[in-house]
Amino acid sequence: MIGYLFLVLLLAAAVGYVMNRATARAAIAGGSARFHSLAGFHGAYALLLTGLPAVLFVLLWLLLQGSVIDSIVIGSLPETEMAGLDAGRLSLIEAEIKSIARGNIFGTPEPWKLEAAERYNSLRSIASVALWVATLAIAAVGLYVARSRISPEFRARHRVEAITTWLMIACSVLAIFVTFGIVASLIYESIRFFDKVPITEFLFGLNWEPQIALREDQVAGAGAFGWVPVFLGTIVITTVALVVAVPIGLLSAIYLNEFASSRIRSISKPILEVLAGVPTVVYGFFAILVVAPAIRSAGAALGIDVAPNTALAAGGVMGIMLIPFISSFTDDALSAVPRALRDGSLALGATRGETVRKILFPAAIPGIVGGVLLAVSRAIGETMIVVMAAGLIATLTVNPLDSVTTVTVQIVTLLIGDSEFDNPKTLAAFALGLMLFIVTLALNLIALRFVRKYRELYD
Amino acid sequence: MNKTITAEAQIASNIVSAKISARKVNVFYGDTHAIKDVSIEILDRSVTAFIGPSGCGKSTFLRCLNRMNDTIDICRVEGTIELDGHDIYDASVDPVQLRARVGMVFQKPNPFPKSIYDNIAYGPKIHGLAQSKADLDGIVESALRRAALWEEVKDRLAAPGTGLSGGQQQRLCIARAIATAPEVLLMDEPCSALDPIATAQVEELIDELRKSYSVVIVTHSMQQAARVSQKTAFFHLGLMLEYDDTSKIFTNPDHEKTQAYITGRFG
Ligand SMILES: Nc1ncnc2c1ncn2[C@@H]1O[C@H](COP(=O)(O)OP(=O)(O)O)[C@@H](O)[C@H]1O
Ligand SMILES: [Mg+2]
Repeated sequence: MIGYLFLVLLLAAAVGYVMNRATARAAIAGGSARFHSLAGFHGAYALLLTGLPAVLFVLLWLLLQGSVIDSIVIGSLPETEMAGLDAGRLSLIEAEIKSIARGNIFGTPEPWKLEAAERYNSLRSIASVALWVATLAIAAVGLYVARSRISPEFRARHRVEAITTWLMIACSVLAIFVTFGIVASLIYESIRFFDKVPITEFLFGLNWEPQIALREDQVAGAGAFGWVPVFLGTIVITTVALVVAVPIGLLSAIYLNEFASSRIRSISKPILEVLAGVPTVVYGFFAILVVAPAIRSAGAALGIDVAPNTALAAGGVMGIMLIPFISSFTDDALSAVPRALRDGSLALGATRGETVRKILFPAAIPGIVGGVLLAVSRAIGETMIVVMAAGLIATLTVNPLDSVTTVTVQIVTLLIGDSEFDNPKTLAAFALGLMLFIVTLALNLIALRFVRKYRELYD
Repeated sequence: MNKTITAEAQIASNIVSAKISARKVNVFYGDTHAIKDVSIEILDRSVTAFIGPSGCGKSTFLRCLNRMNDTIDICRVEGTIELDGHDIYDASVDPVQLRARVGMVFQKPNPFPKSIYDNIAYGPKIHGLAQSKADLDGIVESALRRAALWEEVKDRLAAPGTGLSGGQQQRLCIARAIATAPEVLLMDEPCSALDPIATAQVEELIDELRKSYSVVIVTHSMQQAARVSQKTAFFHLGLMLEYDDTSKIFTNPDHEKTQAYITGRFG
């Protein structure tokens, strides 16, 4: 139903656009006075006035309709039945009435419940008709206003711009609010977690064994919630990833930027971009099916004890994923160094290699460091590859041939399956998420500072 | 009268011999024919000016002389260019070594984001010209002195070269080029980004450098060409239309296009 309403509104707005533009065009062609705005702007003005208020109205209506109808239905329930009911009972009754209204009747409900369900249904259908009528009326008024405004003096061009500016402001405010909302909920749930598990234990504990209280009499916090081994696992895998990604990304970018002919560049750059487009899940099974077995058999050949899902496999593949990331940052940083410096060095009889080493690289280093830090924060937050290829057990080790787990993997496993929401095991996921958020935020801020610094150098 | 001038020219050409001689040089950028059949003899210990309207190929030809055109992918150079009688485009010549012998100064001052000292020491270090730190200090000082910059910067050699004024930066770049002990110095509009005072300083410097180097300067200023150069070449649409003593070019050019250009009727 609502879909149709939006379709009709879209149509109305389009009609408004066409009508107003035609009218304005005719008036302009009539040529009695010079119009301030082109016909297209009068059309756009009609489009916005017809569509925008109506759409906003519909959204507002949908937001409020549910609770208004509910409160009317509840309000009209017989006093006698309502006396002395707490909120929980009330919401049960409400749910029952709604399910009756949908036609799911179990047993024989009391007649007042049936009555309420009927009222609920009729209110809903009334509301739906009212919504249609009101919305179309608003659209019509908008269209009427827009049409009556067509005149040589009317500054439709500025009005359209003002309205779209407000629209953009609204969208950015929304985006900011959503961000704040997510962070706030993260913090709120984490605080609830720290009620159950002391924050010092979480931050400094060396054991991570989240257990669910299976029976009532079990102590909920019986599991250990020290995040150190989990975070250490993340660091180990991130380090492996960087050891792979930084040299390869850096050197390939330097080669492509400074040494390769334009023909080679035009072939290789798109290939690197393809690498950036590979979904992480594909990297994930590449890690399990190809890299992990290879490492295991190599380990067996050398007589080294290798865990089935090593940090090396997960980190190595993650490193491959980060290569295009690092190389594109290096590329940007090198390209930002003015050509005049290159020429100056070459004209002094330096080779290309010397020029890169002594002039370009030092000049580009802040940008490159910024890129590496962003890569670190991506590696820390990367989930799919490690969920597939890293281990589940948190061990306090820095050996890349061991199996380690990561913060992201633990968040996923904590939330899989249905456990109660106020269980420390579930809440621990929020605490881990918060820590992850803080670490990556800090890295991003530092990285941005670096990047900004090198931009200033040559602007 | 006529006879004496030729005699003088004869004597002059005996004293200052040809440092660079280019024959039938053609340059292409992809399909663009930027330099057409240019032949020129550039003398040692003198200043040669390249003049001509924008886009006529002055910079392109200048870059042929130290093979900087090699760094441009699509650029192709034909013909022969000899430095002291040896073809610089010969397979046996290392362009990197060549550029130490033929220095270049660019239009916009381009000091490296390093200290003043390191800017000058860059070339000598690369080419192994200094045996010791004291050696290097000596090279840096003498280069800065010859570029008439020593007095101004001797107390802040560790300060970044990019912190100097425009004129100082350009003299730093000249000092940097001198420090590799080149024989030829190419300058592509070295004063176009400078104010009149800095320009005068650089011009004075060029006059000084003439005593030890062969200097080739591209300039858009007729006055500058007249002031600093002994020989002037006029380029037009990739051709070198006229090449003669500067005094001749500016008083009595052979070619009407030259006449039109130096009197400001086009360009
Ligand atoms: N890197 C380049 N790639 C392609 N064409 C170029 C390049 N440099 C110069 N040209 C072309 O060669 C011609 C001569 O340019 P240039 O030597 O810079 O002239 P001038 O220095 O006399 O102003 C121009 O037509 C210019 O467009
Ligand atoms: Mg030029």
